[in-house]
Amino acid sequence: MSGVPLAIKDNICTQGVRTTAGSQILRDYVPTFDATAVSKLRAAGAVFLGKTNMDEFGMGSSTENSSYQPTRNPWDPERVPGGSSGGSAAAVAARECAAALGSDTGGSIRQPAHFCGIVGLKPTYGRVSRYGLISYASSLDVIGPMAHTVEDAALLLNGGVFPRVLRLSSLPDFSPPCPQVSLPTFGLGLPAYYVLALSEASSNLSRYDGVRYGARTAGASDLPSLFCGSRGEGLGPEVKRRILMGTYALSAGYYDAYYKRAQQVRTLVQREMAATLASFDALLTPTAPSPAYRLGEKSSDPLAMYKGDLMTVNVNLAGLPAVVLPAGFVSAGAGGECGVQLPIGMQLIGRAFDEVGLLQLAHVYEQTAALPSVAAPLAAS
Amino acid sequence: MRPSALLFRFRCSWGFSPLHLHSPSLPPRPVQVEYEAVIGIECHVQLLTRTKAFCSCPSEFGSEPNSNVCPVCLGHPGTLPVLNAEMVTLAVRAGLALGAGIARLSKFDRKQYFYPDLPKGYQISQYDEPICSGGKLEVEVDGQMKSFGIIRAHLEEDAGKIVYAGADRLSGADHSLVDYNRAGVPLLEIVSAPDMRSGRDAAAYGEELRRVLRTCGVTDGNMAEGSMRCVVDVNVSVRPRGSPVYGTRVEIKNMNSFSNMQKAIDYEIERQVGLLRSGRGDEIVQETRLWDEIKLLTNTMRKKEGLADYRYFPEPDLPPLTVSDEFVEQVKASMPELPAAKRARYLSLGLSRGDVAVLTDEIATSQLFDAVLALGAPVKPAANWIQGDIMAYCKESKVGMDGLSISPGALAEMISLIEDGTISGKIAKEVLPELLQGKGNEGVRPYIENRGLLMISDEAAIGAMIDKVLEANQKQLQEFRSGKTKLQGYFEGQVMKESKGRVNPGLMKEMLLRKLKGE
Repeated sequence: MSGVPLAIKDNICTQGVRTTAGSQILRDYVPTFDATAVSKLRAAGAVFLGKTNMDEFGMGSSTENSSYQPTRNPWDPERVPGGSSGGSAAAVAARECAAALGSDTGGSIRQPAHFCGIVGLKPTYGRVSRYGLISYASSLDVIGPMAHTVEDAALLLNGGVFPRVLRLSSLPDFSPPCPQVSLPTFGLGLPAYYVLALSEASSNLSRYDGVRYGARTAGASDLPSLFCGSRGEGLGPEVKRRILMGTYALSAGYYDAYYKRAQQVRTLVQREMAATLASFDALLTPTAPSPAYRLGEKSSDPLAMYKGDLMTVNVNLAGLPAVVLPAGFVSAGAGGECGVQLPIGMQLIGRAFDEVGLLQLAHVYEQTAALPSVAAPLAAS
Repeated sequence: MRPSALLFRFRCSWGFSPLHLHSPSLPPRPVQVEYEAVIGIECHVQLLTRTKAFCSCPSEFGSEPNSNVCPVCLGHPGTLPVLNAEMVTLAVRAGLALGAGIARLSKFDRKQYFYPDLPKGYQISQYDEPICSGGKLEVEVDGQMKSFGIIRAHLEEDAGKIVYAGADRLSGADHSLVDYNRAGVPLLEIVSAPDMRSGRDAAAYGEELRRVLRTCGVTDGNMAEGSMRCVVDVNVSVRPRGSPVYGTRVEIKNMNSFSNMQKAIDYEIERQVGLLRSGRGDEIVQETRLWDEIKLLTNTMRKKEGLADYRYFPEPDLPPLTVSDEFVEQVKASMPELPAAKRARYLSLGLSRGDVAVLTDEIATSQLFDAVLALGAPVKPAANWIQGDIMAYCKESKVGMDGLSISPGALAEMISLIEDGTISGKIAKEVLPELLQGKGNEGVRPYIENRGLLMISDEAAIGAMIDKVLEANQKQLQEFRSGKTKLQGYFEGQVMKESKGRVNPGLMKEMLLRKLKGE
């Protein structure tokens, strides 16, 4: 990893370097420690170019919820790069860095990878230390690599040790049987995810009160004003929305109907996926219902944006690894519009802790599919 | 049947006390007759671990504010808790000492509320699956053996400390300060069954609980420093004894000693009884009251808005806590002798109940006593010296018995020197402070000998001293021989003085009496 220039998503703590999680409440926050993933890369000689933009506290799927500014998609600046690791995805796609770290709670590495035409890996929950990742949903969050090739992603995952598993003397004949499978519980994942993620988030974000660090409201003369002022001013509307929903789902009288029930659904989803993966090496799915959409198109309809996570959240609920890699392009706009090419990424979901098998499969596809190497229009030359 | 007897029975069936109706001029009947107080206690004890519950900051009292803190216990973004194994060991030890069941599987939960002394906005605690459940404490209260049940004990982390603050206002002060040294210190919360019936019961429970936990090294149980904090629930109901209907529960806080706890409870019982008796029972509301130890009463705490909803849910940052059978056996095997067993052992040595109570009250006391006995010292003299002069010295010098410099060997030697007549008890008392400072640790006999204080038991020498005293007190001698036998004490004092306290008292008295009588 020596000398490799990396970008780090701004919810991952970097010692001595401002880490904001895309929020105003942490606008001047400078961590005194590195996230474990960062310190490992630092020890391996990586060079950190900077921190990337993101949806505030990881809450969003387009980076439009950043309290600073939105990030634009290098394939079409009128479109979103995806979220919440939109900044990392755009930086990689625009070749502003060799690779980047992102985080994925419900698809936040994979969907931006799909929108920006790069490789995004969500490792198994527990594969990479969460220490230093600013928590959104504790039981769902992971840190993962975003890069141009599967090999680069694997390198980054391994902290610079070349993954021997990807050294293949010859590429196998890649025509595996690909039967369609049905997972009846799949559709339950989205509502369960949103209940669980928001519940945990409402708790994880309680510490942002301006008392010990972060932006504190001025002139408060009592506790309620202090807390409400700091949080009211420092947290964005989507964050507030999710905290309120999560608080509701955990409150007395509602816990059983929402949080507990969602956990039970989660168990069903996880079991069914694990059972299916006992018979198959991987599951192949689209990453999202559409390619990158326009800025502002879904930002006024939170539920419409949540629905975009349909294909990715189950993976987080089950704690499995999944990789998104470029699978081609579509022309944007139906009829009449100038043919902007938008990337499409396909998702491969693997067995728990079998990143090796998963990445091998992805690598073989990437090498045999031999997709033309196209740089994004806005990429640095 | 006599009419008055019929009247008695009739009134009784309505629940009136016959005494009241037949003799209104009698003094008010004692509280216990009509009303029963039901009391439960919740104790939070700080566990004696070297570091905090979920990070490696030192867990110690009295450091400079905010010097034992780190990103984890300050709740910084991106930090995560790691469980301190020692706190689990201590919880298991406490549970075993209290006869509780140890859960082989328990979990942590988040208890959520906003307050400046709670860095994460939630406390990591245990809600519905605590590590210990059940148990009991058997205590002697005013000569009667009572058994108080324990419902559960669970692990949690402490919050920081706010200084110069009011409850929810910065009342009068310009600002508040928060010290997070205490934030993250491991606690064990022990909840008793509502088995106590008086302030005395509660204080006895608290004292024995503290004694048991201190003996096991679970906590130092220092109420003044806050390493043991108790909250009591008091409710008083009007009932014939044994009725299952409970009255309104009132919570009392801010008692910094067991004697204050007793006073607070007794006051509260009286307050509630007073209101019930005068028909104002509906003024007893479920609330938290603070004990005012200067005015000796309980006061309503600032009004809280409704019951708190802590939105408990399982802590996702910590795995479930599993404790193996082997581990529990290991802890059981390393348990020290508990206070109840120690008391029984001391009783079997022939000590009185009073002696036993004093010797077993503090661990340091019994430790010194046991050490001295192990070296062969006789039971009663060892007990007397420790309970008497040594304890008095400790009190006056404001030092604990474990703060004394005397070695158990030196103390044992001193006692044996008295027993075999080498030194007198009087001389021992005189040099005791020096011995307690460790001056005799190299050898008590040589030390005393160097001070020239060995007991004089040589009859010739004693005889000479007596003769000298008699010679100098001819008048009194004549008075004695003419019948004023009370002067014996005077002569004894004189001889003692002549010998500078060194003479063997028994021998001297015997010889003196003979010489006084002219034998």
